[in-house]
Amino acid sequence: MPLEAVASVDETGTDKEFLYTLNFGPQHPATHTTLRLILTLDGETIVKAQPDIGFLHSGFEKLGEDLDFNQYVTIVDRMNYISPVANEIAWHHTIEKLMGLEITPRCKYIRTILAELARISDHLLCVGAVALDLGGLTAFLYAFNERERIYDILENASGQRFHPSYTRVGGLLNDVNDLFVNQVRAFVKSFPKAHGDVCRLLNKNKIFIDRTEGVGTLTREEAINRSCTGPVARASGVARDLRKDEPYLAYPELQSSFKIVCSNGGDCLARYLVRMGEMLESANIIAAAIENLPSGPVNIGTDSKVVIPDKSATYRSIEGLIQHFELFMWNRRFETPVNEVYGANETANGELGFYVVSDGSAKAWRARTRPPSFIHFALFPHLIEGHQISDVPAVLGSLNIIAAELDR
Amino acid sequence: MSIEHANAIDAKFGVGSATATEFRDNKRLTVPVEKIYGILAFLQLQRGFDMLCDLAGIDYLGYADATDRYGIVYSLTNTTTGERLFVKTFVNDPDPEVPSVVDLWEGANWMERELYDMFGVKFQGHPDLRRILLPDEFTSHPLRKDYPMRGYGERHNFPTVTRAES
Amino acid sequence: MALKLDDNIFVSKLDFLANWVRKNSLWPMPFATACCGIELMASASSRYDLARFGSEAMRFTPRQCDVMIVAGRVAMKMVPVMQRIWLQMPEPKWCISMGACASTGGVFDTYSVVQGIDRFIPVDVYVPGCPPRPEQVIRAVLDLQEKIMKGGTIDGREFAKRTAYEGPGDRLGELDPSEVVIAPGNFATGKRLRGLPLVN
Repeated sequence: MPLEAVASVDETGTDKEFLYTLNFGPQHPATHTTLRLILTLDGETIVKAQPDIGFLHSGFEKLGEDLDFNQYVTIVDRMNYISPVANEIAWHHTIEKLMGLEITPRCKYIRTILAELARISDHLLCVGAVALDLGGLTAFLYAFNERERIYDILENASGQRFHPSYTRVGGLLNDVNDLFVNQVRAFVKSFPKAHGDVCRLLNKNKIFIDRTEGVGTLTREEAINRSCTGPVARASGVARDLRKDEPYLAYPELQSSFKIVCSNGGDCLARYLVRMGEMLESANIIAAAIENLPSGPVNIGTDSKVVIPDKSATYRSIEGLIQHFELFMWNRRFETPVNEVYGANETANGELGFYVVSDGSAKAWRARTRPPSFIHFALFPHLIEGHQISDVPAVLGSLNIIAAELDR
Repeated sequence: MSIEHANAIDAKFGVGSATATEFRDNKRLTVPVEKIYGILAFLQLQRGFDMLCDLAGIDYLGYADATDRYGIVYSLTNTTTGERLFVKTFVNDPDPEVPSVVDLWEGANWMERELYDMFGVKFQGHPDLRRILLPDEFTSHPLRKDYPMRGYGERHNFPTVTRAES
Repeated sequence: MALKLDDNIFVSKLDFLANWVRKNSLWPMPFATACCGIELMASASSRYDLARFGSEAMRFTPRQCDVMIVAGRVAMKMVPVMQRIWLQMPEPKWCISMGACASTGGVFDTYSVVQGIDRFIPVDVYVPGCPPRPEQVIRAVLDLQEKIMKGGTIDGREFAKRTAYEGPGDRLGELDPSEVVIAPGNFATGKRLRGLPLVN
């Protein structure tokens, strides 16, 4: 961003000489990852903020045109990297919608549990990081402890603790075991205590409340007009949650086990409280889902021609062998309808959608992502105007900007 | 239903202004680029689509049966009823241009900048149409189909710092 | 000459002493760009506790650090920033390239991602993995300590010898004829940082 752009702030008369420009980032602890702000200041008050992004632009969408629907899941993982499994579920939700596949009940429940675990881990890091930036290291450490337990669950299920790449078209990499069920039960049981610890540290903490209350207020109309979704919109009173409005996966059957957490505050404190509330609701969903986990296969039948057949079928039957090769030969794989579809999931940050254009092959012609972080970061100049420079970390943290999703 | 919206648009903007299609649960309208701004304003003000959920660009170069090069899809959402509508329009080389909708939806600002960055589609009337993700010095639009995935070697175009120098 | 010393006087090589002091207080500069940054946080927090190895004092200003941990992929726009931060760190300094993306570009073989930071700055320790587990980060710190202990000198003579490019192979030779460098614009001067020259 050239310097001239900053100098064009509307500053007529004598005020001009009082304004000065401060560069914030791209390498700065409060940005967590890589983004840059050019702040025009009057003393400590921010007159104008100009975000400069793209420091982590890695061509995700171009890669989506080069990899097939199963391979691209590894890239989608790295999009919102504090809740990777939620991205995978959203991606394959869209692909299954495109292909018209109905996944098995067990797969739906497992995906629901994982999506909610991802939401908890995302909110934990967000809340912990806000606290860290505002001077409370302890909440961050408490949050990370719980995240480690979620990592353990994912590691047991998929073999990778951070980027599981666990979903596949029509199912999952493999079924979960009994240990998974026990781990999830134990997590649900102990999570409210850890949640309470963080609450007790922050909810009535005078410093924390002083620094977040009334900072970065977003009204309901602005939230809608500026395309906000997720906790940011719900903290401004937009009662919209895709889990209720367009139920997918196992949510239609779990409607009674959770509520939408909303607030009318619209400020950083409201966004923090909405996230804290959502974590408890997520824990309730997981508790209900794990007790009702259906038995049966996790993958849809092999006659759908999208899932890899059992090893025994591959070795013992000609149909299984043919299908195995069909799926692994680079020029065959599976067929998709020549059409385009938009599918969206409610992830921790908001509505994560994919607009997939298919040309009939197993690769997407175009895999557009609707990244919540990108849309929320566009709010930032609006939210921060007129606030102090020390409010920047609070607003940035409460929006939960993830650079990889922001820049893709 | 998308056909109702299409009929309402046809009644206001002339017959044949909108073609309704559906796929799975997606309801789509295809409209000509000359009328896109009027139709979007109509949908926002009269039909209650108060949120621009997403703005997607597609390059159809080499796509089977495609007649136009760039497709632009406005994903609209009615936050009261939860209804979604996808409004699609096409533009072509040279000089692909679409009217900007920033004055209707503030959220379109960055999405249009991103689309300009990635496809080179210009948005008339956009307050601040600059590259957003790529460096200002970049000369290509990477999501066009004629741009190679590994680029033209821009990623190697930096000096090396050796240990003794630093 | 027979030198008589008291018991509490310790004779050592100055190099050894300097190495021993340096290795036990490596202060990392977390240049965390992406996913690996979260694993870096995990290795610093309670369960893995990098503090056991004297490396927990993360400082976000390059002027106070010994070791730059590049965690995550580095995109085109970020390279001048990375080089500038590297040049701003005081001697002696080391660099850990954490994760597949920082070391080789990883899965991101695309137009905007640098295919390994060692093409542009010198790297001492590479950590494989996408992202590496915290144990691997700790291992990398221990490896770096070993490297310092073995080859370090008090006045940094070992750094002065490293005058050549240390990255992989011929950079332009690997390019397909279809992707010759056409050099659109000048990314190299750090013009993005307001035309300021790189500090030396």
